[in-house]
Amino acid sequence: MTVDRQTMDVDIACVGFGPAMGGFLTTLSRAMVDDSGAPLLESGVMPGMPLQVLCYERADDISFGVSGVVTRARSIRASFPDLNPAEIPLAAPVSNEKVLYLLDPVGASRRSLGVKALDRLVRLLGTKNGACELPYIPPFLHKGDGYVFSIGQFCQWVGSQLMASGLVQVWPGMPVAAPLIEGNRVTGIRLADQGANRDGSPAAGFLPGMDIRAALTVVADGPVGPVGQALDRHFGLPAGNHQREWAVGMKMVVELPESSRLPAGTVIHTMGYPEPEIFGFLYVYPDRVASLGIFVPSWFDSPVRTSYRYLQHWMTHPAIWQHLEGGTLRSWGAKSLQESGKRGEPYLAGNGYARIGEGSGSTNVLTGSGVDEAWATGVQLAEGVVELLKGGLPFTRENLETAYVGRRRAGWVEQEAQVARQARDGFQRGVLTGFVGMGLAGMTGGKLNVSAAIKRPYERVPSLEEYCRGRIAEEEIATLRREAVTKGLSLADAVMDRLGWPQIPLDGKLLISQQDALLLGGKVQAPAGYADHVVATDPRICDGCTPQLCVEICSGQALTASEGGGTPQFDREKCVHCGACQWNCTRPRKPGGEQCNIDFRAGAGGLHSAEN
Amino acid sequence: MSEGFHIVVCGSIVPDPLQTLAPIDTPTGSALKNELMLPAVLDPWAGHALYEAANLAKKTPGSKVWLVSLGPKAKLQQLMMTIAQKVAFELVVLDGPAGGFTDPCEVAQALAGAVAAIPGLDRSRLLLFGGCSSASRDAGVTMQMVGEHLGITEQFLGVDELTVEADGSLKVLERIEGGQYLVSSCAGSPAVLAWATGNLPEPPNNPQIGMVNMRTVMPALQKAQPAKVGAEGVSYLGVELPSQRRETRIVKDLSSDEIAAEIVAWLKG
Repeated sequence: MTVDRQTMDVDIACVGFGPAMGGFLTTLSRAMVDDSGAPLLESGVMPGMPLQVLCYERADDISFGVSGVVTRARSIRASFPDLNPAEIPLAAPVSNEKVLYLLDPVGASRRSLGVKALDRLVRLLGTKNGACELPYIPPFLHKGDGYVFSIGQFCQWVGSQLMASGLVQVWPGMPVAAPLIEGNRVTGIRLADQGANRDGSPAAGFLPGMDIRAALTVVADGPVGPVGQALDRHFGLPAGNHQREWAVGMKMVVELPESSRLPAGTVIHTMGYPEPEIFGFLYVYPDRVASLGIFVPSWFDSPVRTSYRYLQHWMTHPAIWQHLEGGTLRSWGAKSLQESGKRGEPYLAGNGYARIGEGSGSTNVLTGSGVDEAWATGVQLAEGVVELLKGGLPFTRENLETAYVGRRRAGWVEQEAQVARQARDGFQRGVLTGFVGMGLAGMTGGKLNVSAAIKRPYERVPSLEEYCRGRIAEEEIATLRREAVTKGLSLADAVMDRLGWPQIPLDGKLLISQQDALLLGGKVQAPAGYADHVVATDPRICDGCTPQLCVEICSGQALTASEGGGTPQFDREKCVHCGACQWNCTRPRKPGGEQCNIDFRAGAGGLHSAEN
Repeated sequence: MSEGFHIVVCGSIVPDPLQTLAPIDTPTGSALKNELMLPAVLDPWAGHALYEAANLAKKTPGSKVWLVSLGPKAKLQQLMMTIAQKVAFELVVLDGPAGGFTDPCEVAQALAGAVAAIPGLDRSRLLLFGGCSSASRDAGVTMQMVGEHLGITEQFLGVDELTVEADGSLKVLERIEGGQYLVSSCAGSPAVLAWATGNLPEPPNNPQIGMVNMRTVMPALQKAQPAKVGAEGVSYLGVELPSQRRETRIVKDLSSDEIAAEIVAWLKG
């Protein structure tokens, strides 16, 4: 169907507002005017006017991002030399750090012989509340001179300053559907259609998404953003690169009980429980508020991999629960993390476009940080863009590679990314191997690593029968599977129950059902009039797929199994746009392909909590 | 009506209704806990008024829409990011508190002053729109008082529909008791219409509208005058949220009647 679309011309079209875009727009806007406020960079589309820079963000507000942030904030502080965390709600300097190894208090965790041996050793060394504090934190994990903060409040703080400058425009609630590509050149972006039916066909009040044409498109839509994905599909990834390493980060912000004595700036990282593959974090803000959560990685080989139930088991571990009991949920959210790092880096620049932030592979999984890295890439791009604008040079691939990519390659983000390049490969072979690999890489500056072939996520997932072998009989597995579909229950929950995971004692305040977390914590909602943004590219591929890992991993329970099998049903009003469905799908579009059957597209709505 | 209307909409922010709100006492009076952190949206009642204003302006050539907003400047700036793409308007800003603890009388006085000061405003063509419950803790008094300060005697509350007849008169549907509408015919502007929900959907986002609006939004925010509406000297005897009980259950294959019966039993229990 041919649709007439309006067009608008701007100088720079930006996709996504997160820390990377914050760095880009902050740096760019400061170069747009002199000390007296006179414009320094003239628009190419509106002669006589300042540069027209427009940023479109999918979420309904720029403060609805999700991240558990502890950061050394090197690049952020370089941008804000007088940064005072007291000016930003929910921010504090790091005051103390610890890493806890958690033993299994319930006896249901899947532990290899090696991990069990480690557990025995830890018990001998002495534990408290079922955990052992590591006596030594490796330097690469240290955030001693850094901050903890809420990504939502930080983005709001940055965005307020940008808006106040009047130099750039930031428009939330405007999902970008796709880049505009002509030949090998990106010429702008296409906004999502509004007033559409679920299948994208026009409904009442249909407004085709506008085409925003620009000499430069800056793509900062995160690890699962549709514009970045479209560029990857069109231009491919650099030879040898792939994006096969992921995690779901699911987190809450909690009001700690009145009895809590944890000082602001406390940083706790955990490993070992609820499954050895799952890492956790707890960061304490001022005024008895804490951010906490877990990461469920793509190398946790379970066909019923899930997050929320595991988050609750992690929270109720005695070493964690001692700090949380009596607390109240403030917010909840989830996001995918692209953990391939350097290996997952796309083409950082091309004719008419540049990539920054997590979608450009900037997250460092050795140091466990991404926000400052993303900010730095935005700053680097802005510096390059200013240089090109002042020189009257076009945004060609060659010019952007010199002005931006060259800066990036020379900076600390690149240096540290090289150290981290293979740091986590050991986890492809096992948890203990992974810890050894991280330690080796961290201690030797990346010179020594445990190497492993990185399988595609769907190649790692065993069948449910294989996963439960020796613990649940196949006949019973068939019953659990059938009941999950007919009763609309989570298969992951049923399997976990059967494997001995205890029921979570819901208290209605902090331990609540997943749907209540969606409503009370995430305030999840979606406006009407947008097409479904989670789509099976070929419904036939879903036929016979079992278990449907996309359903089990869905952070918002927006995907549910259809009776009779086939493509799961999708309720966009529950989706938190974490994108986990996309990399958890176990069926490739083509045999041996990188892309799986689920397409994660641009959609509106999602989380409405600013405290993440 | 050959000249069109001058439609002034009074509307400001409220905490996003999705958020968890907790009233607290502060040294300066009652407030909401973590109010600075709460996402703010356009007061839904005022939002309906704004969208109706835009619709009327579109249908009536020569019309113009102003939005007069009284609220914390920083929060209004954030609000503009979400509403400035929906409706073309000229923004007038008053910098002051907005929330459940302001005094409607003070708010009305400040708004009326701002409306009266709008350059080029033709009072004979003025339609003063706003949310029927806005800035009044649902008492529905604020828009009335704004109108009175401006000397506008034609006032309609709880409006769901406004039709401009061929002779220029206004046909207004107001909600009244018993779930009924009172249909009024008004000779013409000036008039106050305090809107209920109306019948229009939220307009889609239009980047071109956003671009045009942003040229005036930032200057308006920068020259905002302070407004003293914080009910100084007033102390609230008590502030509490309505108590709530929540239980979420996901079911399949239950009919609507069965779900309804279960909800009724839960409510009674």
